[in-house]
Amino acid sequence: MDEFWGPFWIVLTGALAGASCGLLGAYLVLRKMSLLGDALSHAVLPGIVIAFLLSGSRDVIPMFIGAAICGVIATVLIETFHRRWRVQEDTSIGIAFTALFALGVVLITAFAGQVDLDQECVLYGEIAYTPWDRLFWGEWDLGPRPVWILGTVFVLNLAFVLVFYKELLIASFDAEMALSVGVSAALVHYVLMGAVSVTTVAAFESVGAILVVAMLIVPGASAYLWSDRLKVILTLSALMGVISAIAGYFLAGVWNSSIAGAMVVVMGALFALSLIFAPHYGLLGRFVRQVRLSLRVARDHVLLKLLRDRESRSVSTLSWSDLVDTAARRVSGIAIRSLMWQGLITREKGYFSLGEQGVTYATRLLRNHRLWESYLNQLGLPPDHVHDPADALEHFTDDHLREEIRAALPNIATDPQGKRIPDG
Amino acid sequence: MLHAVDESVTPIHIHDMTVAYHKKPVLWDVDLAVPEGKLVGVVGPNGAGKSTMIKAIMDLVPKASGWVHIYGKPYSRMRQVIGYVPQRESVDWDFPINALDVVLMGRYGHIGWVRRPDKIDRELAEEALEKVGMTDFGHRQINQLSGGQQQRVFLARALAQDAQIYLMDEPFAGVDAATERAIIDILMDLRARKKTMLVVHHDLHTVNQYFDWLVLINMRIVAAGETKDVFTDDNLNKTYGGRLTVLSEAAQAVAHHQRGL
Repeated sequence: MDEFWGPFWIVLTGALAGASCGLLGAYLVLRKMSLLGDALSHAVLPGIVIAFLLSGSRDVIPMFIGAAICGVIATVLIETFHRRWRVQEDTSIGIAFTALFALGVVLITAFAGQVDLDQECVLYGEIAYTPWDRLFWGEWDLGPRPVWILGTVFVLNLAFVLVFYKELLIASFDAEMALSVGVSAALVHYVLMGAVSVTTVAAFESVGAILVVAMLIVPGASAYLWSDRLKVILTLSALMGVISAIAGYFLAGVWNSSIAGAMVVVMGALFALSLIFAPHYGLLGRFVRQVRLSLRVARDHVLLKLLRDRESRSVSTLSWSDLVDTAARRVSGIAIRSLMWQGLITREKGYFSLGEQGVTYATRLLRNHRLWESYLNQLGLPPDHVHDPADALEHFTDDHLREEIRAALPNIATDPQGKRIPDG
Repeated sequence: MLHAVDESVTPIHIHDMTVAYHKKPVLWDVDLAVPEGKLVGVVGPNGAGKSTMIKAIMDLVPKASGWVHIYGKPYSRMRQVIGYVPQRESVDWDFPINALDVVLMGRYGHIGWVRRPDKIDRELAEEALEKVGMTDFGHRQINQLSGGQQQRVFLARALAQDAQIYLMDEPFAGVDAATERAIIDILMDLRARKKTMLVVHHDLHTVNQYFDWLVLINMRIVAAGETKDVFTDDNLNKTYGGRLTVLSEAAQAVAHHQRGL
């Protein structure tokens, strides 16, 4: 095998397995059924063995049929345990797949002589042998067999997701609505599980029963962190499968390790990166939003303190140390500096006062604050209870909400403490 | 209440329907003929079987006995004439789609399997969003909508179904006053266009104001008819009566034996 085609076929096999699993896996994650992917990848074993015994060959077609039937049986068992016999759902999954897997193991060992099934291969896969496992049409060498198998499965999965996009969507989002418009959510469920079973079996030979579970779940879970659009999630999920295959192959070369293993390690790394860097749901994004929020609250408090001070005396008497006490020190320091930098507040001889824009902004906040106090007071909270909730709400009150509160307080000009509610 | 029902003009005709979950009956021997063009309230305590009745009409839960006819025909042949607003909590609002996607689902029954929504479906969906005052929110992710807005999206989806009969499961639950007003306006408008609505409702204060027809249920039909005739203290006592009704005791007894005790 030459230096280009050998690696090419291996990477292509991994990419097709990753993309096939990624497409369906996104749905498993969305439907909160990740565990079912794990279950099915084990539960199909007796199906494969029986297909072997009946067909007497390693042909993929009987194997796929056996796997699909067995996968659907597992799904039906799980549903029956859960819905009809009221066993907890996770318990049902646990029982059904271990029982079927055990049955498979028993069948393999009982018919050991007739089943040419390498258990190592089932569990860990042999992607490195891909280039030598050829498919022939008579005399013609058509290329590696796993590429053909996984290519077909990928095309089928892609067609399934594209053609039945609408049905998958409604059945996943709202099963009852689906039924009421004539889409059987149960049928969609079984077809999806059948497809997962076939995909698992197709990927078995290359990546093994254990790693295929990762391929089903990890790209979908990662993609889910990046987007709120189903189409984007599906694309990303498949793409992450492909990227992991390529990067995993080269990583395996560097580490001199299992190729399929390295591919899944890359998937795990992609998930970790997603968890940290995904814009909306990532940890970093969340952290940044939190800091921004507390900064905003600190800025508001500094402005309010200056405005209140202005109400009571003509010359500012507030120094750095007075202002910095309005919030956690580290945040309020930054808040004061940013307000100065924007010109909302100014410092003269060590004392701070509001700039022109600062006055406008702070007045609006004070209006929010006192409106809230009056409103909460009118709702029945005693005057000494209203300050803290108003303090929390004043930062998040937009024009619309402010007008609504104003409308609910037609004849009130002062807050419960008798302080004037400023216009603005 | 024995009188002949002209089925061809009766939107929903339920005959001797009993529904059971795991053999435990939750709705007994329901007989009901809902007249056309009425805004019908379905009122009763928690666990009275209100949602169950609506779901049983649409074959979403199996019937232990009895039948339902929609304009004289079984539901399976009349799907397209029924629009459905499920309880808001029945779906995952973190699902990665936007409001317009949800409303478009209302068109799926008309589009049929495999085919994609076309321009007309999109226009109808946008029209429905406009009717519920959500034009600007079509491309908003559904997890960024408030509870009231989510309920409006569900209503818009039902409107997009362009049905004759609407079954609504607590459309007023947990919505703000403005949304409640908007929803009731739409229901009144639907009634003016001769649509029939069955609305599960909780707030007894608004029953008189909202509904011209009323079904009081507590595991069975307590009373059904014009609101002015049915909405009486006596009937409400029968519906909400403090003690366990004989029926719920019976249901518990059945469940008890089911568990083999």
